[in-house]
Amino acid sequence: MKGTRLHMTDVSGISTPVESARTDDVVRLTAAATAAAIAAGELSAEEATLAALDRIAKVDDAVHAFLHVDAEGALATARAVDARRAAGERLGPLAGVPLALKDVFTARGMPTTCGSRILEGWRPPYDATVVSRLRAADVVILGKVNMDEFAMGSSTENSAYGPTRNPWDLTRIPGGSSGGSAAAVAAFEAPLSIGTDTGGSIRQPAAVCGLVGVKPTYGGVSRYGLVAFSSSLDQAGPITRTVADAALLHAAIAGHDPLDSTSVELPVPPVVEAAARRDIRGMRVGVVRELAGEGYDPGVQAAFDAAVAELAGLGAEVVEVSCPHFTYAMAAYYLIAPSECSSNLARFDAMRFGLRAGDDGRAGAEEVMSRTRDVGFGAEVKRRVMLGTYALSSGYYDAYYGQAQKVRTLISRDFAAAYEQADVLVSPTTPTPAFPIGDKVDDPVAMYLSDLCTIPSNLAGGPAMSLPSGLVAGLPVGIQIMAPAFADDRLYLVGGALEAALDARRGHALLDEAPTL
Amino acid sequence: MSTSAPVIATPSYEDATARYEAVIGLETHVELGTASKMFCGCATVFGAEPNTQVCPVCLGLPGALPVVNEAAVRFATLIGLALNCTIASWCRFARKNYFYPDMPKNFQISQYDEPLCSNGWLDVEVEGEIHRVGITRVHLEEDTGKSLHVGGATGRIHGATHSLVDYNRAGIPLVEIVTEPDIRHPEVARAYVDELRELCRALAVSDVRMDQGSLRCDANVSLRPRPAAGQPDAPFGTRSETKNLNSLRSVERAVRFEIVRQAALLDAGERVIQETRHFDEASGRTSSGRSKEEATDYRYFPEPDLTPLALTSEYVEALRAVLPELPAQRRARLVAELGYTARELQEMRNAGVLELVEATVAAGASPAGARKWWLNELARRASDAGVEPRELAISPAQVARICELVAEGKLTDALGRKVVDGVLAGDGSPDEVVAARGLAVVSDDSALRDAVDAAIAGAPDIADKVRGGKLNAVGPLVGTVMKTMRGQADAAAVRRLLLERLEVS
Repeated sequence: MKGTRLHMTDVSGISTPVESARTDDVVRLTAAATAAAIAAGELSAEEATLAALDRIAKVDDAVHAFLHVDAEGALATARAVDARRAAGERLGPLAGVPLALKDVFTARGMPTTCGSRILEGWRPPYDATVVSRLRAADVVILGKVNMDEFAMGSSTENSAYGPTRNPWDLTRIPGGSSGGSAAAVAAFEAPLSIGTDTGGSIRQPAAVCGLVGVKPTYGGVSRYGLVAFSSSLDQAGPITRTVADAALLHAAIAGHDPLDSTSVELPVPPVVEAAARRDIRGMRVGVVRELAGEGYDPGVQAAFDAAVAELAGLGAEVVEVSCPHFTYAMAAYYLIAPSECSSNLARFDAMRFGLRAGDDGRAGAEEVMSRTRDVGFGAEVKRRVMLGTYALSSGYYDAYYGQAQKVRTLISRDFAAAYEQADVLVSPTTPTPAFPIGDKVDDPVAMYLSDLCTIPSNLAGGPAMSLPSGLVAGLPVGIQIMAPAFADDRLYLVGGALEAALDARRGHALLDEAPTL
Repeated sequence: MSTSAPVIATPSYEDATARYEAVIGLETHVELGTASKMFCGCATVFGAEPNTQVCPVCLGLPGALPVVNEAAVRFATLIGLALNCTIASWCRFARKNYFYPDMPKNFQISQYDEPLCSNGWLDVEVEGEIHRVGITRVHLEEDTGKSLHVGGATGRIHGATHSLVDYNRAGIPLVEIVTEPDIRHPEVARAYVDELRELCRALAVSDVRMDQGSLRCDANVSLRPRPAAGQPDAPFGTRSETKNLNSLRSVERAVRFEIVRQAALLDAGERVIQETRHFDEASGRTSSGRSKEEATDYRYFPEPDLTPLALTSEYVEALRAVLPELPAQRRARLVAELGYTARELQEMRNAGVLELVEATVAAGASPAGARKWWLNELARRASDAGVEPRELAISPAQVARICELVAEGKLTDALGRKVVDGVLAGDGSPDEVVAARGLAVVSDDSALRDAVDAAIAGAPDIADKVRGGKLNAVGPLVGTVMKTMRGQADAAAVRRLLLERLEVS
């Protein structure tokens, strides 16, 4: 069913013709600039929304970021923002700014598919906490964007609704699993997107699309309404074009939620302030020895080294740190995540929602469950469910799941030791730039290597950011900044300073070099 | 019956237990009486319209997450403390994975190797003898939904054309209380469940209605040969697990049946199969439950959506300090303070009126009077109405007032019963009923004297017999007077008056 579009609302009939040049300008505004223009009365939220809808209508056939566009809902939100502004109400820092929501969150009025056939037709009766916070912040939700099925993948090729394409090169993958999020932002369909990151699913797409992506500290953003892949690793976060935008979105969605027992009762770190400070003199930046070398594209390494040199130039003290157990992170991850997913995905059983296949009036409940799961889940999901079922079986639990949890502890200890020598750690975000669509679909292990550098932060729970470090043969790559748990503000402090320095050296933002769609 | 099946001679229960010792362990599920569910805010009212007490969490909708109900933790801790358990200072929930349509998430949030309470005991008294039953563990979990199989013969899934699921029960907090294999007799098994039920009632943690499923019991039974004198105990035999016993009587009957069934198998040189069995109330027999002999692999692992439960010692000690008087303590006190015999106490317990009797005494009734009214009159009415005695529309204070009126001679027992009728009918307090229905005893007025004279005059032959010394012959005259007085007289007083008039007293 490659290329099939689900619930795609025809937006061409709704949009009023905004002058094309104006549309192009508006969609290229950052979220902060869009909000400022709306607050100043230079731009209405409706205009900003229409511009985004026009842009989607223009480029999404090629990019295929969106699975569902809620033009009516988006315009209603935008008009409400405009009315409140007109009434003299003070608006929040993201009021009226359009956003693309990863289709892994529940939101009233829209379908939720998780990129899977098995959820076809399901309209959730409740809002995820992230969604209610976006609504409370007057963010305009344009619709739902594509993803690897149930967030399992690094290329968005595992979506049941066809792959999303990288706006830098439409023959290449946009990363995954939040590939729809990254592609939508890189293609100027929306200045903001929410992704989720279980093993790198925010940071890797951000890196290969030339964007900023942040995985907050585990427990920093509520998971209520985020359809679980791996409960102990999943975390929602922003994908944006700038560090400042990421901070604004991070601040809007973060904070304790009584509906998520794993959400922490701590104040949100001062990320917006940190993103603006730009003074990193005296900060200790640790380069992780184990996240380099064999398997890393020389261009990726060169762009990373240049970014580290930039940090040193800004007055940071660069040190090398060793995290010996990171070598086992990938193996531990591919036991823990499948184990949890095998249980989390058990609820997709044709009984209460979504797809029901083979219910011919003769088949019993178990048979219908089995038939539905057979046709409803894709190959990668089945692979991981089987892997996890096996790893949790009695007699194997200690050797697999139990052992992986011990590795997790060792990785946390590696981080703790490294943070005695450094305030933040850095590495390339991905070993390579975006690869061509279809290149790795038959080699899951090669695909899994995309997340080599990002997995340790998920296992240990600390926050991490990817931001553009440069281009390799015309394709963007990223640098990853990692910080101790609950010190998310450090990412924004270092990221904000580095972004400003790299943009200044280039004379423009990296994304300005992307081909025009 | 298959012709190839060996004919197995069934021994009597007495014969079976003479040669084999039964080893019995019980797993009891108690639905906690919290206002909301275990992991969400949904209501827990029994008997509500199907699927009206549900939300994304207890329906297991994608994205929904559980949050632990503090009241359920408190109730489970109280049960653990009352069962002399150690309360864990740190424990976790675990997922028990298996597919079933009434399990919304296809896993149950339960506890596995880290239960909240462990290593306790409960003393059970049977015919004056105390049996100590070890408690292995008490853990918290969520209930499943309820399947209704339609179109089959008996509501069983076999033969049904389709099934309906009510998720109102899904997510109701349960504790599972597991005993050591310490029980040796069906009567003790029954008494254990009875004692546990009273304990939960005293703690006010559950309504423990076995008929409504808020207390359900599974019985594990195995046999081993009784050792010859001086020999050590034989190892445990293979056990069967009989599920969902829903009355005290069923617990005893099912265990008794299993003992005889297994003894017959062992006598014939067969082996007992480790399996789940169902108990049929009507036939009193158990039958094999699951066809698959393979053990289910539940793939337990710690629930990643919940943080560990870490109860502080202050929390636990504060609960220990507010533990109410437990049933065994209360029984000892009632014997000491009110003079009941052990047998009388047992009768009142069995009738479910012990707390009511105690409250009635506290409201001023004599222990004997309170016991008599509740045990004889009110327990019968409750049973006629199909309710528990405490659900009757009469309060212990009202019963105490009736006792008082009888003791003062203002009501006879017969009149008292009529007052009970009035109170139960909603006609007001006992005094209001007496006034409204004119039920007071007519003790010494002209109406009574006239009735006595009329009775004597109306039956001169009887009067003569009595005058001749046959005092017992006065009975029919008493009856006549009572009839004339429409029951509103004290029969003993009427008899006395008659004998006075006939000058034989």
